[in-house]
Amino acid sequence: MVEMTSTALPRRKPLVLRYPSVAIFLIILSLFTAVVTILGEGFGIGVISTSFIKTLGKTLCLCLAALAMDLVWGYTGILSLGHMAFFGIGGYAIGMWLMYARTEIIVRDSLAAAALPPTPQEISDGIATQIFGVVGTSEFPPIWSLAHSFPLQLAAVVLVPGLLAFVFGWLAFRSRVTGVYLSILTQAMTLALSLYLFQNDSGLRGNNGLSGLQNLPGLEDVPQSTVSILFFWASALALGLGYVLCAWVVSGKFGSVIRAIRDDESRVRFLGYSVEAYKLFIFTFTAVICGIAGALYYPQAGIINPAEIAPIASIYLAVWVAIGGRGRLYGAVIGAAFVSLLSTWFTGGQAPDISVGFYTIQWVDWWTILLGLSFVAVTLFAPRGVGGLIDRFTERRAPDRHGADLGPDLGSLQEREADK
Amino acid sequence: MMLPFKRAVLALLILAAPTLLQAQSAEAPVQQVLQTHADVIVKSSRKTIGPAIDALATSGLPEAQVVLERWQAKDMWVNKETGLFVFAEKADGGLQLFDVSDGSEIGIADRKQFKQLKPNSGIRGMIASALVQFRLNDPNPENRADALTAIERDAEASHLAALRGAIDTEDDADLKARKERLERLLTIRFDEDEAARLAAIESFAGDLGVDVRATLNPLVASEIQTAQQIPDGAVAVEVGSDDLTREQAYDLLVEAGLAPALVDTATVKEALIANISGDTVAGVQVASLNEDAARAAAYQLLADQGLADPLVTQNEIDKAIESHSFFRVYVGAPLPVALAAQATLQDIETQVALNQTADLVLDALSLASIYFLAAIGLAITFGVMGVINMAHGEFIMMGAYTGYVVQLFIPDLTLSILVAIPCAFMVTFGAGVLMERLVIRWLYHRPLETLLATFGVSIALQQLAKNIFGTQARPLTAPAWLDGSMVINDIVSISYIRIAIFILALLFLALFLIVMNRTRLGLEVRAVTQNPRMAASMGINPDRINMLTFGFGSGIAGIAGVAIGLYAKVTSEMGSDYIVQSFMTVVVGGVGNIWGTLLGATMVGTLQKGIEWLNPSNTLAAQTYMILFIILFIQFRPRGIIALKGRAAEA
Repeated sequence: MVEMTSTALPRRKPLVLRYPSVAIFLIILSLFTAVVTILGEGFGIGVISTSFIKTLGKTLCLCLAALAMDLVWGYTGILSLGHMAFFGIGGYAIGMWLMYARTEIIVRDSLAAAALPPTPQEISDGIATQIFGVVGTSEFPPIWSLAHSFPLQLAAVVLVPGLLAFVFGWLAFRSRVTGVYLSILTQAMTLALSLYLFQNDSGLRGNNGLSGLQNLPGLEDVPQSTVSILFFWASALALGLGYVLCAWVVSGKFGSVIRAIRDDESRVRFLGYSVEAYKLFIFTFTAVICGIAGALYYPQAGIINPAEIAPIASIYLAVWVAIGGRGRLYGAVIGAAFVSLLSTWFTGGQAPDISVGFYTIQWVDWWTILLGLSFVAVTLFAPRGVGGLIDRFTERRAPDRHGADLGPDLGSLQEREADK
Repeated sequence: MMLPFKRAVLALLILAAPTLLQAQSAEAPVQQVLQTHADVIVKSSRKTIGPAIDALATSGLPEAQVVLERWQAKDMWVNKETGLFVFAEKADGGLQLFDVSDGSEIGIADRKQFKQLKPNSGIRGMIASALVQFRLNDPNPENRADALTAIERDAEASHLAALRGAIDTEDDADLKARKERLERLLTIRFDEDEAARLAAIESFAGDLGVDVRATLNPLVASEIQTAQQIPDGAVAVEVGSDDLTREQAYDLLVEAGLAPALVDTATVKEALIANISGDTVAGVQVASLNEDAARAAAYQLLADQGLADPLVTQNEIDKAIESHSFFRVYVGAPLPVALAAQATLQDIETQVALNQTADLVLDALSLASIYFLAAIGLAITFGVMGVINMAHGEFIMMGAYTGYVVQLFIPDLTLSILVAIPCAFMVTFGAGVLMERLVIRWLYHRPLETLLATFGVSIALQQLAKNIFGTQARPLTAPAWLDGSMVINDIVSISYIRIAIFILALLFLALFLIVMNRTRLGLEVRAVTQNPRMAASMGINPDRINMLTFGFGSGIAGIAGVAIGLYAKVTSEMGSDYIVQSFMTVVVGGVGNIWGTLLGATMVGTLQKGIEWLNPSNTLAAQTYMILFIILFIQFRPRGIIALKGRAAEA
């Protein structure tokens, strides 16, 4: 594709024609959504259970996060180990409103029987006692001051991860922290955030996290089977839009520049591009996408706690993208869907145990080892991931990456590549 | 063996002639003392027994201690006819009697003739304190020390005189010092003479003992009270100062009944609910009372009708506060003693703060050496070779588990640790070499992929450890000579394990420096790091060197694992606890420089302890802020504290 976009064309063809994968992806996604809806309980014949619909909806959200990861890592070459933190922040932002609004309904109901009509202060105190009783306080921390408002918390879903990514990215990129240093720094940021949230006085209920998020305020009478389908649709829509948006971003000149940054950052800088601005944009943009994905994920999961933000989660995100195949958007989606569903299957105890005579392999225990080793194998033997299989059916040929590097940096042209 | 039988016969004869029995013990001096107080002793009442115990205690008779002890143990009986006291034990055929003066056997008697003295727990306590003076002068130093410990734990006013009497006769220097110190402490608490108390208080200025603070603190207990006039012996307190805000001052007045209570929202609500009639309160619709302002207005109406207490205005509050005096009363001691105690306590606080700083520095150093231990292997693989190894933490864990397994086979703790260290090195050296050959070798110059591949190894190893050893923590027990801690005073102390880790860290530093600067291997490592092709043309095999270097770094991580396992728990997740901090240490210090790693560890350790000290309740917060600080620090020194310059920096 690099060759295609760099060829001087008199007029740019529409996005869908330049990237046939976009159309194919959208068609597959719509078909998938339709099939799941028909098979699901809410509006269809009920072959698929509600909990599995939720799993599928969550998987779509993870795919969206993986898209963002692919954009920042596969296309721009920034191995961020902190994007699941932005995902979690999105979840916390929406979770605060969900929890507040639902508790408010409960508190109002319980106060309705009181002799005097409740004052706003009494309602607020009641909600605070309900929510923060577990961490031993009954006052709202300042961080919750906007929790009563749905639009404001919705804005927070986008703004808080965006702002955090912007500030962090600005600090990191301006001091030219690159490569593994940046990875470690993002991991440290994630660790700091999760450790902070683990404290009871962080204002977000410490390690209890936020719970009961699957109950939507105002929709108590709607059964979960319907709610799960609604969220599934929303997740599919978000994934579809996210895919088109990412495809649009990586197409055209902007896309060429970020790929160039991945391949040789200093050269792009010498050509006069503001490398930092491009990186900062991508970092912030993908953080926002992750925030939105998280905001759709956690109402389906029902609970969010600081463990979800731990550094390991972000590393798994990188694992998915690597297994799926980075540098191609559908690779990220395939990787996230494939590995997370497989992981659910294995850890859910559904996989049959394998008996080796003297020892029985229980997949609950051995799945992580398999994942870790297959990850090593993919990195060593199939750097293009599962998505690389698709290249066998198309004319796309990636260079054989086993020659010596011609340039000093990661991803630069290599000997045999240049000979071609 | 015929003797008991003969005695029994004899005893029967004796019983037949009670006069014989009397003649044997009535003249003994201790019996005479007992006889003087016979009435109260037999009556056995806590209120009246005092003089009897005192008489015994001050009699100066050597046998008084035994009498008191046996009385306390309910071994003393009284003859109902003669009123003489004897010691007795229940035996076959009656009571085995002993003389109170010298404990010699008298014989067996019918128990109906005797009455057992059963001192209640109050009296036994009084006897126990009377016994203290005997114990303090006991010929056995251990008993004297025990007696002192008992007094330290639970002192009473009566102990003071006994203690004073026991100081001069003490010949053991240590015990004498302890006695004198205890005497001063008891003087502070119990002495009637104010001058003596003041002198004793001042003598403790700057003393760090917990016992001193425990003695002085009750003396400075105070409370703020209010009245029209300040009484004698009280210190005036200004309203509006930090000690007493205006709100607290008014609350005091309310508590003392000197001012009406403020009407708060809860009171307003109660009053309103109490006065609901139909759907109105004082003519106001109940439904409209969903604001505090509306409720206050309705309450005002109620108050005007006399149905509720009137609201207290700000003016009235001011007036009430103006017309009263507020003062601090010391409830624990008379004013001069309290003030002296306060001054001494302040002096002690300064000393305590200084010593706490010293303790903090020790803690920080020890944490720094732990981080240094965890990071030094990384300083080799990441710092020297530039290979990022996310499984480094798992090598630490592997070393710790190796130690655990060795301890399963070798029960002797010292020996097992000595065996475990080379074993851990070999195991992790092997694992490191294996990993370098199988994975890392293919990924040189692709650092991001190295990071991910080693991460894959890390999660696989972690799960493998979980499968083998289970999720619960396994013990790695330190030998006895590493137990306990070096106590410098009541505040500054450091455990021997931490000292050992500190020494180990220094040893590793020396080992690293020697290997890198003084050996053929080190020379070749440096050559390969700087320019592998040039090194290869000089006859060095870069593959072999890379393999050995990586193995060396991993092996050191294994040894660090044994050390860390002694100090923390051995779990499958212990590696991930250290990995981020280790990388931070290396990055902050400056990649490729061992002194940088040392500085980095010192900085990270000091920083974390410093933040923990500022916010002691929360170690999580300390880690959070430390990481934030490091992120900021890297802004200003992106290449760490000691940055490599010139061509080395490009390698």
